[in-house]
Amino acid sequence: MDLTLWTYEGPPHVGALRIAASMEGVHYVLHAPQGDTYADLLFTMIERRDRRPPVTYTTFQARDLGGDTAELVKRTIAEAVERFAPEALLVGESCTAELIQDQPGSLAASMDLGGIPVVNLELPAYSKKENWGAAETFYQLVRNLLKAQLPPPGSPRPDPQAWRQQGRRPRVNLLGPSLLGFRCRDDVRELTGLLDGYGIDVAVAAPLGARPADLQRLPEADANLCLYPEVAGPVASWLERSFGMATVTTVPIGVGATVAFLQELHGVLGMELPAELQLDAEGEMGAERRSRLPWYSRSVDSTYLTGKRVFIFADATHAIAAARIASRELGFQVVGLGTYSREQARQVRAVAQELGLEALISDDYLEVEQAMAAAAPELVLGTQMERHSAKRLGIPCAVISAPLHVQDVPARHSPQMGWEGANVIFDAWVHPLMMGLEEHLIGMFRHDFEFVDGHLSHLEGAHGPDSTAPVSAHASGTAVLDRSLESASKQPAAPADGVPTWGKDGEAELAKVPFFVRGKVRRNTEAYARAKGLTLIDSEALYEAKAHFTP
Amino acid sequence: MPALIRESGQREVFCGLTSIVWLHRRMPDAFFLVVGSRTCAHLVQSAAGVMIFAEPRFGTAILGERDLAGLADANEELDRLVARLLERRPEIRTLFLVGSCPSEVIKLDLAKAAERLNRQHRGQVTVLNYSGSGIETTFTQGEDGALQALVPLLPPSQEQQLLLVGTLADPVEDRLISLFHKMGIDRVASLPPRRSTELPAVGPGTRLLLAQPFLSGTARALVNRGAELIPAPYPFGVEGSRSWMAAAAAAFGVAPAQVAAVLDPLVERGRRAIAPHREVLAGKRLALLPDSQLEIPLARFLSRECGMELVEVGTPYLDRQLMAEELALLPPGTQLSEGQHLERQLDRLRAARPDLVVCGLGLANPLEAEGIATKWSIELVFSPIHGCDQAGELAELFARPLRRRAALSFA
Repeated sequence: MDLTLWTYEGPPHVGALRIAASMEGVHYVLHAPQGDTYADLLFTMIERRDRRPPVTYTTFQARDLGGDTAELVKRTIAEAVERFAPEALLVGESCTAELIQDQPGSLAASMDLGGIPVVNLELPAYSKKENWGAAETFYQLVRNLLKAQLPPPGSPRPDPQAWRQQGRRPRVNLLGPSLLGFRCRDDVRELTGLLDGYGIDVAVAAPLGARPADLQRLPEADANLCLYPEVAGPVASWLERSFGMATVTTVPIGVGATVAFLQELHGVLGMELPAELQLDAEGEMGAERRSRLPWYSRSVDSTYLTGKRVFIFADATHAIAAARIASRELGFQVVGLGTYSREQARQVRAVAQELGLEALISDDYLEVEQAMAAAAPELVLGTQMERHSAKRLGIPCAVISAPLHVQDVPARHSPQMGWEGANVIFDAWVHPLMMGLEEHLIGMFRHDFEFVDGHLSHLEGAHGPDSTAPVSAHASGTAVLDRSLESASKQPAAPADGVPTWGKDGEAELAKVPFFVRGKVRRNTEAYARAKGLTLIDSEALYEAKAHFTP
Repeated sequence: MPALIRESGQREVFCGLTSIVWLHRRMPDAFFLVVGSRTCAHLVQSAAGVMIFAEPRFGTAILGERDLAGLADANEELDRLVARLLERRPEIRTLFLVGSCPSEVIKLDLAKAAERLNRQHRGQVTVLNYSGSGIETTFTQGEDGALQALVPLLPPSQEQQLLLVGTLADPVEDRLISLFHKMGIDRVASLPPRRSTELPAVGPGTRLLLAQPFLSGTARALVNRGAELIPAPYPFGVEGSRSWMAAAAAAFGVAPAQVAAVLDPLVERGRRAIAPHREVLAGKRLALLPDSQLEIPLARFLSRECGMELVEVGTPYLDRQLMAEELALLPPGTQLSEGQHLERQLDRLRAARPDLVVCGLGLANPLEAEGIATKWSIELVFSPIHGCDQAGELAELFARPLRRRAALSFA
């Protein structure tokens, strides 16, 4: 039993729902009690979908439990198949139905449903989570739809360079984009255009926008691009094992990763590497110029980005990408890296190690918040949860990963992948930092007579990490309700033994320090005072500490 | 009236756990601990507008495979988890253990657990339990369960008093109480109270006035404690609010002239506030899908005070006793439906093409995309909508979607 206040991931059947809702022609019958229909609003509100997700819930009640819930399942399946005429049917159960063991999948198998493919989903609700559920559902669906095409064991692997003999352009599958994933809609469009520019076609993008018949065409491609391993990992490796299909595993987020992705892809497909994907005589990569990020990052205006302390927490795909972009392409210093994706923890640990860090693998947002506060970052790259934590700590934040908020599904084209994705990332990450700087300037000029009273900044109401004052809730969102929710008041930290107290002039001096480093200065000064055995921190102590810590 | 449509099938309704979202705000010294699954946690989080600031005063003890394997272990685990929670949140005075679908199905006895935890943490916290499970409760019934759990703790009293039952927004509650005082009803208490430890007394002198229409169980429990239920329509709109207050006044023997002196100016002002919205709403056709149990009182308000035509009024369940006054006020011919078979209900809606549908968040955008204007019902349980003073705002909530549609143009 674990205490959870906010969760990064829903239960595994929500993952299944994401696959069903991402696709066309698929319907999901879910054996579940009243209340589980809440999942619909994730799609209709956060993703602003204009239709209900394709799911029918059995809605069993306590009074049904004594009777025949199996009959209810069969009736619901029959009605759903008749009404929606799906091209493939998913059948599964949510946590409560798992306990009553009606086995809806077997029930469906015993019914005459006109020969449509029926996929029985067994998603253990008490040990697995949303992304696992999505990956498993996608895998089971693909496996089921391709079982007639399985090559006999020992068949030769298809040649990923067969396109050449067949006199056609090479084609690839984009695997993993799904609803409630981060910017998947835009990534698919961006990559489709990007690949087209290199003479490569997209055969199937799935699950987003695919039909069951499209999944049956997956083996016709020359290679699979595993874009979101959280969702597509098992499918890609099964296609590799069973159909011998090549997999490209580099995720093209960031300029360097996009170059590496294109190089890997050209290699797999046996295509000649274009000059722009090779280092030229000056040691430059021509393709870089397709994105503005490298020049923007080199321009003098970006000098102030140097060494900015950044804390990263996200799903594994976006956390890894962010760590590389932050450290290599923007010149930040990564001071914290972690993920809630336990399935991909190993890869995140490896990247953290490269950066001299220990990865934080956790799904406890309070633990993440604590690590964030301890790392004293100047920028947080995280999920919606970290956005809230960062706001509370008064640190600028950009959202880089699910779980999402309605504002993470922008109207404009806003990919993360490819050249344009790198542009989007530059803007999205640097903008909050500039706002942080502006915040400092507002503080600096607050006493000028030109300063208009009531000039509120974007961090309105937020206090620095050193503040114990309660912050006001920020209304936003699908956020129908949160405007009526107050922030739970944070408990002021009790003064621990041995912590020196701040004198009035010490506090006054501290207040002059820009808010975004104030927390760090406070901690350093306290550490210095403790080391020196000081019980009272005055302005002198603060300056001494400053001298001590300044190299 | 036409025969009640009674249906069962897919229900697009939250379960009782959802009411935690407003209950925890009402009693800031209480913590609501759902004993359930990741689904429960995700539901409450999604219903609460995805995520809000800070550490909430509700959470989920998520059952794992080991808890399912042995209930003895589950109880031990729960004790451990509660001890840790109370250590972290020493300001908590009342802890509600909230049962869920999985805890009910595995028959985890939360009443026993509450008893045991009460012994362990005597003096620091009171531990109570109720069920918010979807197999037994819908949406607002969760509040009914929570309040019922409080009833045995209410001290006995013979004193004459008015007890308002049901969560109200604090300013609305203050306003209503001051109006009762003006009419000469001096002792007015509320359940739930603003602090979980400041429980109102109850006994033979207590007269109950329900501020919310979904508190059947609580009303029964209070009547069993000697209180007397004042039958009244619910305080939505000018007419409902006036009748509601007047019913209480009559029960306390306040002279009608005194009631009129206090309320008539409010009624007059409330009608003026509704008038501009009535212009938008009058003659428009309205359907309400089953959701919060507020559907029948709102339908009464929207038809009688705003001139809307009722196409269908759905309700998750129909409590004829608590709805008697409301049903009597509905226009003849109103089609009621109880329970839900979502697809059939949507078929009826598509055929009837109402001008406005009151529905949950899962359905709003899809219906809008089909060209049907909607009002999110969930906002109604979080907005201050009770009383004559709020009647204009209440009407505005329904007029806004229609105004917005009229305001938009892309040609």
